[in-house]
Amino acid sequence: MAHEISHDQAHDASNVTNPEHAEHHIVTPLQYTFVFVTLLFFTGVTVGAAYVDLKWANPVIALGIACFKAVIVILFFMHAAYQSRLIKMTIASGFFMFLVLIAMTMTDYISRAWGMW
Amino acid sequence: MSNATATIEEQVHEHTALPQHRHHFETEEQQREAGSFGMWLFLLTEIMFFGGMFFAYLLYRNWYYPAFATASNQLSVPLGAANTAILISSGFCMALGVWASEVRRRKTLVVMLVLTTLFGLAFLGVKTVEYKEKYDHHHIPGNSFSIAEFVNPAAYGIKEEPLAPDMAQKTQIYFFLYFAMTGMHALHMIIGIGLLFWLTHRAWRGDFTEGYVAPIENFGLYWHFVDIVWLFLFPLLYLINRHPLH
Repeated sequence: MAHEISHDQAHDASNVTNPEHAEHHIVTPLQYTFVFVTLLFFTGVTVGAAYVDLKWANPVIALGIACFKAVIVILFFMHAAYQSRLIKMTIASGFFMFLVLIAMTMTDYISRAWGMW
Repeated sequence: MSNATATIEEQVHEHTALPQHRHHFETEEQQREAGSFGMWLFLLTEIMFFGGMFFAYLLYRNWYYPAFATASNQLSVPLGAANTAILISSGFCMALGVWASEVRRRKTLVVMLVLTTLFGLAFLGVKTVEYKEKYDHHHIPGNSFSIAEFVNPAAYGIKEEPLAPDMAQKTQIYFFLYFAMTGMHALHMIIGIGLLFWLTHRAWRGDFTEGYVAPIENFGLYWHFVDIVWLFLFPLLYLINRHPLH
């Protein structure tokens, strides 16, 4: 029986137990609305925080809020929360690589004038 | 024997039910996964591309902090914040467009893609107003750049600490990065809007409401990525040091 399967039928449609199997998850409009409102709210917070003198904490808070907003966009608008581990790993490795490049380049710039101040 | 026949029938059925399924993928799911994976790899190269400019910003902001803070205060926070809200709204409409495609609502999808485009155009419109203002003030780096407002802010009615002329020259680096980063961001949006026209046309034709969501989904990834870049550009360029004299 198996020999009668032609080439274009030879794919294994029942092969859905592989570890990369991911349901096509549909994020609902209500979830999107929550994300939307959260993003607008934190835009307001980051503007407000910029006008308060918090010394060194100002840029930290601004970047913290920006990172938080980026994460919820990636998780929900971009569906990363519902993707397979392969995709999650791909996303995470990209940002990790970016941080490595920033850190390595910064150590170079910081150490060039070492002891000259 | 009868089980084997049923399996083959299922395979045939699965094959004919999904016209977008290309034969070199085992399953439609595998095809979708490969598409998402490829799109994310492209976006990672985009992170590296914008990352270079973000690093330049980080370094020069630390080296020439007074110039960066003073120059940053020349940008309009209301316009920047409004543009952030406009862009978030555009992303929200895009996300709803993906949903409409998934639940096969053709008209909703078309409306959402049009709204995404309109918010995108509104963003570019506000950006044009901001660029024009910089042009009028001679704050575009190059031969016609003027440090007058930074060396002698009181003469222009600007409540700001004056900068020494050599530090005031460094505001050119700030404005160079401002135009490079927001300009590349705007270019990405212009490309995105071009793609949106094409996708809207195809969505109207009904291409994406018969179970074939991948092009809408992957364009959504691109559009949201461009949003994320702006979520960082806004605080870094507009909100460096707003509190001392304002």
